[in-house]
Amino acid sequence: MGRIVLEKVSKYFGDVLVIPSIDLEVEDGDFVVFVGPSGCGKSTLLRLIAGLEDTSGGRILIDDVDVVAEPPAKRGLSMVFQSYALYPHMTVRNNIAFGLKMAGMDKASIDKKVNHAAKILDLGSYIDRRPGQLSGGQRQRVAIGRAIVREPKAFLFDEPLSNLDAALRVQMRLEISDLHNELKTTMIYVTHDQVEAMTLADKIVVLNAGNVEQFGSPLDLYNSPRNKFVAGFIGSPKMNFIEGKHAEKYKVPTVGIRPEHLGINTKQSVGAWIAKVGIAEHLGSDTFLYVDAEDIGQLTVRVSGELNVSHGDIVYLTPDETRLHRFDGDGMTITAAK
Amino acid sequence: MARHITTQRKILVTGGAWLAAFIIFFPVLWMFLTSFKSELDAFSQPPSFLFFEWTTENYATVLERSDYFRFALNSVWLSLGSTALGLLVAVPAAWGMAFSPTKHTRGTLLWMLSTKMMPPVGVLIPIYLIFRDWGLLDTRFGLICILFLMNLPIIIWMLYTYFKDIPMDILEAARMDGATLGKEILYVLMPMAIPGIASTVLLNIILSWNEAFWTLNLTTIDAAPLTAFIASYSSPEGLFWAKLSAASTMAIAPIIILGWFSQKQLVRGLTFGAVK
Ligand SMILES: Nc1ncnc2c1ncn2[C@@H]1O[C@H](COP(=O)(O)OP(=O)(O)OP(=O)(O)O)[C@@H](O)[C@H]1O
Ligand SMILES: [Mg+2]
Repeated sequence: MGRIVLEKVSKYFGDVLVIPSIDLEVEDGDFVVFVGPSGCGKSTLLRLIAGLEDTSGGRILIDDVDVVAEPPAKRGLSMVFQSYALYPHMTVRNNIAFGLKMAGMDKASIDKKVNHAAKILDLGSYIDRRPGQLSGGQRQRVAIGRAIVREPKAFLFDEPLSNLDAALRVQMRLEISDLHNELKTTMIYVTHDQVEAMTLADKIVVLNAGNVEQFGSPLDLYNSPRNKFVAGFIGSPKMNFIEGKHAEKYKVPTVGIRPEHLGINTKQSVGAWIAKVGIAEHLGSDTFLYVDAEDIGQLTVRVSGELNVSHGDIVYLTPDETRLHRFDGDGMTITAAK
Repeated sequence: MARHITTQRKILVTGGAWLAAFIIFFPVLWMFLTSFKSELDAFSQPPSFLFFEWTTENYATVLERSDYFRFALNSVWLSLGSTALGLLVAVPAAWGMAFSPTKHTRGTLLWMLSTKMMPPVGVLIPIYLIFRDWGLLDTRFGLICILFLMNLPIIIWMLYTYFKDIPMDILEAARMDGATLGKEILYVLMPMAIPGIASTVLLNIILSWNEAFWTLNLTTIDAAPLTAFIASYSSPEGLFWAKLSAASTMAIAPIIILGWFSQKQLVRGLTFGAVK
């Protein structure tokens, strides 16, 4: 079991209010990802759940028990740190076994569990080495091994892959996903990375300045963002926001359209926005065009890699009206039917 | 990386280093040589360096006249006792300041250091009176306490600087792994700080071993360590250079041997953190 509920959780660092009041329910077995801009309080929130920071107010319930007054050890959670945080003076085996030793488990059971974890994570060939003799990816595997042997109620990850190179990051991402499918344990995962968030999460929490902007499935957030902040934060490249004359046509102050929902044509068509191509980023499969549109300004357009346009070309853009997002003066999404 | 160094330059620099080392080491060497001279040779002008009549009579006299081993045992007691007590207090104190600092931490550290800036003689009389009234004069326990207190600021400072270089994440990982505070310090912090702790311990042993102000003023016989043993040969009636040298050589021999065998630890500890 691993149901985690936050009720009006708040956190001050000195006089600075970092988290005003958060309510959140993480169901048992869910993979929940915290995303948000740097400094919005993702790590702080994770550390509050872990018990590494004291809350300033509110309750944290794990399986319906208030753990606010409990030290980290008593909460039954495991954490994987961005820096791996392995014990440098212990072998991989002892790193993984440490938590079990602290729990007073007998040697035979410890060995069995460590060997099992080593097998799952493929640590066999370096089980007797020290962390200093391992690569970044191997270290992160050991850190995950250390987290799983304790059979926690939930795993907490704080940007676990951000120190790895791109290829390894993809591989580890898949492994973490596999691990979740296999263990079916609750996981809370903090990341900066859009792709990690979208691919790993059952549910995403978008945080901004210590507040939950939206909590929902990745596609929910992508298709129906609750406000301009979420709309701009989820999705890569970012959603285009259009104000002024072209937004007035839809009777709202601001409309948003994702780069992939802008139709492009090299020939003039009625009602299309006229734009001049600035930079074209060719990724192979896709091309991102950064264009300067008449009466609108900078827009990003995502087109097929086959389309042949380059700097200085004039293009004609038509938004997919069914994919248009309308925002009111406060930046909230207007959901009224057309 | 591959900077070109000429052989000539190498010889020059190496020679310079040896010269500097020799100059630093010279007093100890001179003391050692003098301890094998007759009292007459010890005073001779010009001084003879190696070509004198070697004799061990000074050692014989010194050993005969005073009980070297009793003094040595007291020195061992005082240095080990004050160091052990120091660690017991300083490890948790440095842990607290390094890993959960408050806005007063810096001030506390500076304040502790400032106590070292006061000349000890300034508090000799109050401490002497306290020792007299509490019956601590000339007791090992009293001396251990005073040496412990004198060196505590330095131990805490040193440990604090070593601990600060240890990533907090690792201690937090231990906390997540269910380690209690004691176990976190014992199994995770201390092993990682071994080089730093070792050099702190060594430095503290050396400082206590050579501490002469308090040991001379607060002891007479029972708790007198080797510093008192040396002092007993620098009598006002006339100095016996050779015997004084023999006594001094015997007094510092144990600590030099200890230093020699632990020099690797010591150097590693004292330069810890300098190279990441
Ligand atoms: N120990 C601390 N003392 C004071 N302020 C802190 C402390 N830790 C974090 N903060 C502040 O709290 C805010 C949230 O920090 P936090 O580390 O949770 O952000 P984050 O969302 O994890 O950012 P990032 O994505 O850069 O890791 C920041 O403004 C930060 O400066
Ligand atoms: Mg963070």
